[in-house]
Amino acid sequence: MIDALVVNALLTMMVFIVLVMVGQRNLFAVVILGGIYSFLMATALVALDAVDVAMTEASVGAGISTVLLLGALYLTRGDEAKPMRHSTIPLIVSVAVGAALVYGSLGLPAFSDPNAPIQTHVAPRYLKETLSATGVPNAVTSVLASYRGYDTLGETTVVFTAGAGVIALLRRRRRIREDEER
Amino acid sequence: MRRDIVLRVIAKLIIPFMLLFALYVQFHGDFGPGGGFQAGVIIATAVIFYALIFGLPAARQLLPEWIVETMVASGVLVYAGVGIVSLLLGGSYLDYSVLAHDAVHGQERGIFWVEVGVAITVSGVMLKIFYMFAGRRRDEDNG
Repeated sequence: MIDALVVNALLTMMVFIVLVMVGQRNLFAVVILGGIYSFLMATALVALDAVDVAMTEASVGAGISTVLLLGALYLTRGDEAKPMRHSTIPLIVSVAVGAALVYGSLGLPAFSDPNAPIQTHVAPRYLKETLSATGVPNAVTSVLASYRGYDTLGETTVVFTAGAGVIALLRRRRRIREDEER
Repeated sequence: MRRDIVLRVIAKLIIPFMLLFALYVQFHGDFGPGGGFQAGVIIATAVIFYALIFGLPAARQLLPEWIVETMVASGVLVYAGVGIVSLLLGGSYLDYSVLAHDAVHGQERGIFWVEVGVAITVSGVMLKIFYMFAGRRRDEDNG
């Protein structure tokens, strides 16, 4: 009961922060509001007993991305430019997509319903066997690294690819500038 | 910020504990919350914090670019290498049970090395992106 109240209060605050962010033209304020949003999300995840995800959200969403965005902000101007024309069509598209997603979520089983298909398929086996089969009491770790080891290998490769992409993009630009100076 | 004595002293005090906490998150991830991804991010955060206080050149001296770039690739190699080792020991790819005499010990060992690989790649990528962005000067594109 109290958990649901806390989560709902946090989600309401997040909605308000998003509304403020949309109306805000100062990019510094937007970055800081984004950090606050991530911290609220992390707190909501703690209230939902998903501490592993909460830790990731706090360190990546609120920590690293805020620092990286501030670093990027240093390279640009601090205020968002006024849009050239009214963005009616994008607004309609995003409202329509959002409405479609909400409509789709109506067909899902109720939140944390123990009889939902996802809870009755392999999840009970993972939870029951994690200690005897892998010796790791934290089911999140055993699922991530062992039962779903291929997925995590793919994820790590995605992180690697992202890093390689950033290196390729920013390096190339530096070399072009040196060519121009020559 | 390089001149501010308070920031410098506090940073020097906090950074060892940040790194220690990262190791705790890494190696205690089997029992509590955390794991390679979170630990990698925390390690990167500690170095980024150092760079913010003492300047980027000092951080580059502490952890040179070539080490960071090696980390980016070697983490994935460690992870994939665990799979190759389990193949060589007669199991299927990423089947940790064959890594030790006892299947449960093998699982523990495999998970340990896989998490190490994840942490190395994640911290390397985060640091590299930070180095790349922080190393650029303002208005570089317009010049």
